[in-house]
Amino acid sequence: MRGVAGWWFVAPALVVIGVFFFLPVLAALALSFTDFDIYALADGRNLRLVGLGNYAALLVSPLFWRAFGNTLYFVVVGVPLSVAVSLATALLLHSRLLRLRGVFRTALFAPVVTTLVAVAVIWRYLFNPHHGLLNYALGLLGVPAIDWLGDPNWAMPAIILFAVWKNFGYNMVIFLAGLASIPEALYEAARVDGASAWRQFRHVTLPMLAPIVAMVNVLTIAGYFQLFAEPYVMTQGGPLQSTVSVLYFMYEEGFKWWNLGSASAVAFMLFVFIFGVTALQLRLARWQYAP
Amino acid sequence: MGREGEVVAGLLPEFERINPGIRVKVQQIPWTAAHEKLLTAFAGDATPDLCQLGNTWIPELAALDALAPLDAHVAGSSVVDASDYFAGIWDTNRVDGRLYGVPWYVDTRLLFYRRDLLRRAGFAEPPRSWDEWRRMLAAVQAQAPSDRHAILLPLNEFEPLLALMLQQDDSVLRDNGRWGNFASPGFRRALAFYLEMFQRGWAPVLVSGAVSNVWTDFARGRFVFYVSGPWNIGELRRRLPAAQQETWTTAPLPGPDGPGASIAGGSSLVMFRSSRHQAAAWRLIEFFSQPAVQRRFHAATGDLPPRRTAWADPELAADAQARAFREQLERVKPAPKVPEWERIANELRVVAEQAVRGTVPLAQAARELDARADRILEKRRWILARRAAE
Repeated sequence: MRGVAGWWFVAPALVVIGVFFFLPVLAALALSFTDFDIYALADGRNLRLVGLGNYAALLVSPLFWRAFGNTLYFVVVGVPLSVAVSLATALLLHSRLLRLRGVFRTALFAPVVTTLVAVAVIWRYLFNPHHGLLNYALGLLGVPAIDWLGDPNWAMPAIILFAVWKNFGYNMVIFLAGLASIPEALYEAARVDGASAWRQFRHVTLPMLAPIVAMVNVLTIAGYFQLFAEPYVMTQGGPLQSTVSVLYFMYEEGFKWWNLGSASAVAFMLFVFIFGVTALQLRLARWQYAP
Repeated sequence: MGREGEVVAGLLPEFERINPGIRVKVQQIPWTAAHEKLLTAFAGDATPDLCQLGNTWIPELAALDALAPLDAHVAGSSVVDASDYFAGIWDTNRVDGRLYGVPWYVDTRLLFYRRDLLRRAGFAEPPRSWDEWRRMLAAVQAQAPSDRHAILLPLNEFEPLLALMLQQDDSVLRDNGRWGNFASPGFRRALAFYLEMFQRGWAPVLVSGAVSNVWTDFARGRFVFYVSGPWNIGELRRRLPAAQQETWTTAPLPGPDGPGASIAGGSSLVMFRSSRHQAAAWRLIEFFSQPAVQRRFHAATGDLPPRRTAWADPELAADAQARAFREQLERVKPAPKVPEWERIANELRVVAEQAVRGTVPLAQAARELDARADRILEKRRWILARRAAE
């Protein structure tokens, strides 16, 4: 009887989730087996069931693989960089030598809460090959000017730089919370045993932070695979499609060309992939910390 | 849409005074959101009675069967006279033999150039043919310092290449838009000339985002020729100092042998099939089509009128920088009228950029474009075949 009452209490939330989440997801899954496009929008007879045809077409589409490769590049370089920067800044903020901690913490967290489009405009100025601050600074060091957003080899590094700057503050705050929860007694014991600062970090801080690092990794990787807004506002996928991500590809398929069937297939392929990567990570983490 | 939406609001009180009983509600939307908004309005059965439509979107909305054919309205109209409109522009509104829009303002691409710099290179007149253009580009480049170029062709714009292609005898698509026609000699000639301008160093390899300010760069002489549209007449007048206004002007696009064609662009006024106020909507289209109203519209927006009588206006006729557009408009051709065109144009831009950057040779670029266009047109072929069978 008590169980039934419980169901009644969660029913409104379940209905909302069902109608606004699971139903659209199922509809999108069904859509991914059709060639829904503007012709089908005009006349239902123009809709063809293509089975796994959209998926098969994507697997042989050079641009899809290009987008996949670009996204992988972004994840493989961006995630470690982002986690490292977050951890480093968290350690600095946690240091006892630091004054004005609140000010620094706010300043470093600020990029996370700024509007992406507004800061993207500022970063476009910074990246400008002729008048940009970045090339000016590099010029002082004797490095020749880089066409950050115009050169296919540099556009993705520029996007990574921008994304890491924009996002590291979030993980930094999580790390700060983790650092605060490490008992001071462990450090005291290590110091008594004569451990240097590096060995304290290596043998006390890192092991104690490990579960948090694992969680941050999972969240950051899943988030970075969904790269979209940065190339959308900075490069529109160019130059030479070097910054087309999987989601950007999906957006163009779906909302620029109205191939909603194909776009849905892209979404499900990305979902399956992120799901697989996350499952693998969780298994690795469990195996690593198994007693 | 855009600036036009604001100006229309100022013209409407007069229309409502002449037509008591008709009240017009204007909804302004930005260009960037317009396409998506129109398609969702169609899907949600919430289309307007009348709207402004970029003429490359007409085939798509016609394929949706969203637009009302206007042939009967035009036949019975004393205001809208088809023969007074530039033929190429009028043609963009015809899909499969039916008329779906009335041109409202026009847009095409032609040459903006620095008169003083061209004269310094030894040429008093702008080029009329590709050969003359080649000679001028080479001469200008020979005198230019290394950071300057003879012409600016941003790689993220497909329009200059499309214009060169429309100058050829071969059509862009073949067999009623069923297949790409990029392997044709015409397209290969156009692409070869386009690539030549980069390979010889006449045009810099860059996207327009890398040009921080195209108008000041033009004023500083960083490039002499620029293929662009009518909006830049206003921009250059506004942004360049008075002393420099005499240094630039416009010219029709040179063709393979003598003056060449360019793209028929612009916006039309269309009526939606589901509208319950079609008679009133047509009255409004007629109002905006009067040469006198078009002149006022031009004065407020700078948009060029689609009717020859509107161009007879003394102010417009005396405008030296607009005159080249008047001449070019007699030689404009529509882009292929298939709903898939924007997507094919996007592939054209992508493959052309690859060819310019040297990652794909010319012959392969042409084959690749055909393969991509044919894949995009697959559904169209299927639908045309089914329609033929029925």
